Amino acid sequence: MTALFWVGLLAVCAVSGYAVLRAVPPLLHTPLMSGMNALSGIAMIGAMAALSDADSVGVEIAAGIALALATANAVGGFAITDRMLRMFARRSERKPS
Amino acid sequence: MTASLPLSPWSAASLTLVPLVWLGIRRMRSPATAVGGNTLGAMAMTGFVALAAIEHGLWKSPAAWAWGLGGAVAGGTLAARARMIRMPELVALFNGLGGAASAIVAALALRPGSASSGVLSRAAAPPAAAIGVLTFTGSLVAVLKLARVLDARPIRFRGQVALNRILLAGMIGGTLAGPWMNGTGTPAAAALMLLFGGAAGVTILLGVGGADMPVSISFLNALSGAAAAVAGFAVGHPAPVAVGIVVGAGGLLLTNDMCRAMNRSLGDVLAGRIASAPSPVLPEGAVPAAMPPSPNDPVAALRSARRVIIVPGYGMALAQAQAAVRRLYDALSRRGVEVWFGIHPVAGRMPGHMHVLLAEVEIPYDRFKDLEEINPLFGDCDVAVIVGANDVVNPAARTAAGTPISGMPVLDAGAAKTVVICNLDRQPGYAGVPNPLYDRPHVTLCLGDAAETVVRLAEALERC
Repeated sequence: MTALFWVGLLAVCAVSGYAVLRAVPPLLHTPLMSGMNALSGIAMIGAMAALSDADSVGVEIAAGIALALATANAVGGFAITDRMLRMFARRSERKPS
Repeated sequence: MTASLPLSPWSAASLTLVPLVWLGIRRMRSPATAVGGNTLGAMAMTGFVALAAIEHGLWKSPAAWAWGLGGAVAGGTLAARARMIRMPELVALFNGLGGAASAIVAALALRPGSASSGVLSRAAAPPAAAIGVLTFTGSLVAVLKLARVLDARPIRFRGQVALNRILLAGMIGGTLAGPWMNGTGTPAAAALMLLFGGAAGVTILLGVGGADMPVSISFLNALSGAAAAVAGFAVGHPAPVAVGIVVGAGGLLLTNDMCRAMNRSLGDVLAGRIASAPSPVLPEGAVPAAMPPSPNDPVAALRSARRVIIVPGYGMALAQAQAAVRRLYDALSRRGVEVWFGIHPVAGRMPGHMHVLLAEVEIPYDRFKDLEEINPLFGDCDVAVIVGANDVVNPAARTAAGTPISGMPVLDAGAAKTVVICNLDRQPGYAGVPNPLYDRPHVTLCLGDAAETVVRLAEALERC
């Protein structure tokens, strides 16, 4: 049951992810990559689990560093993607005369 | 009797946020909705974190707040301050940070006394540690190469290929041994995996050249997703698995696109090998016969043009010539000239690099055309203006065998009636293959800093 759950989760997410990703045009490939990049900051979740589970100062510091790095990845990634996408959105409103 | 789902209620709840991530990516189909899509992704991420904070009771831990806020401020500041020219480095850097975080999480899961100690955890933690740290060191080398601190050419040393194989074998061995390790062996295994992965990231990326960065960065992106997903197995939480695998799929999709655009396999790029496939030889008739010599004055050609195609390359990014290109575009548009931008998928240092630079100067994106769309238009094009591009317009890719660009699909700029090349010099492009275009009679060279040469063209057009 447990193994089945994890394999099923992986399969569903890989297939649905691929389906939506394919439709993104080359025009937006850099923001797409940068947005994906921000999502890999999901490592925050593991870092938080490790932090709450820390049984020594060393572990706590390591988990804390992981949390800081993953948060920097996520926040910075979403912010930079937003900056880039706004340039594209701005341009769509302005057509050449 | 255990519950039928191997999850806490909180982590089960976080699964409901996953479709929000898909929806966000779906909105990236068009620039008009993409900003909202990115916001959706950020909201989903906030939700994941909030649920985990409640689950672990971390919302009342000052230390957790300090680490998290510290990271958020650092990342946010970096993102807000960075100039657009630094985008490839920044994307690579953030990517590496995520990989490092996953590696630390996986390594901690392998310590004796870790809460996650099942077979799944022991099986997943070693590869997650290796892939995560490989992403980290590999991304750092990529950042140094992009920032030109390290030589952008492939850096090779004796035994590099053998060393890469040994490191890879070590990582695979550690992964296979994982499930059978007992509690005392795991810390050593974690240390070894970190060492192998870290070293492999450095040695592999050192051997990759600057022009192959679009492939490498996409691949590192895929790896950071894979590391997050596998680390998710290690800590038994579904959110990193669900989100990480989407990132991995996205990275692989881009990697595949970039490889196809260069006619090279991922293995060839990472091993620094040139295309293994024999290059297709163009039939004699398809090579344009002697073109009538063009007026050597590029301004005269542009002045009488009806259709102009601008081909940007990495040189435009280096010269920061996109504002000059915008001015040229405006000058031509005002004269009623039909202007297109022919953008090669691997022009620049990351997928979509040229699109971002041109978006920065607000050139309407309906003017951009991809390789397949633009090539048929060159035959009916009066002037092709090449700005800092070389390999992606090099006709030798079709005719010469055994070069790094042999068989690479290229932009057919030479088919235009007149070609104006605004490159820095006559040196071959990154691939080191001389470009026969330079010597064709219908080609005019405007050598020098593209920011200046292109502005000069625009000024001349504005005057008349």
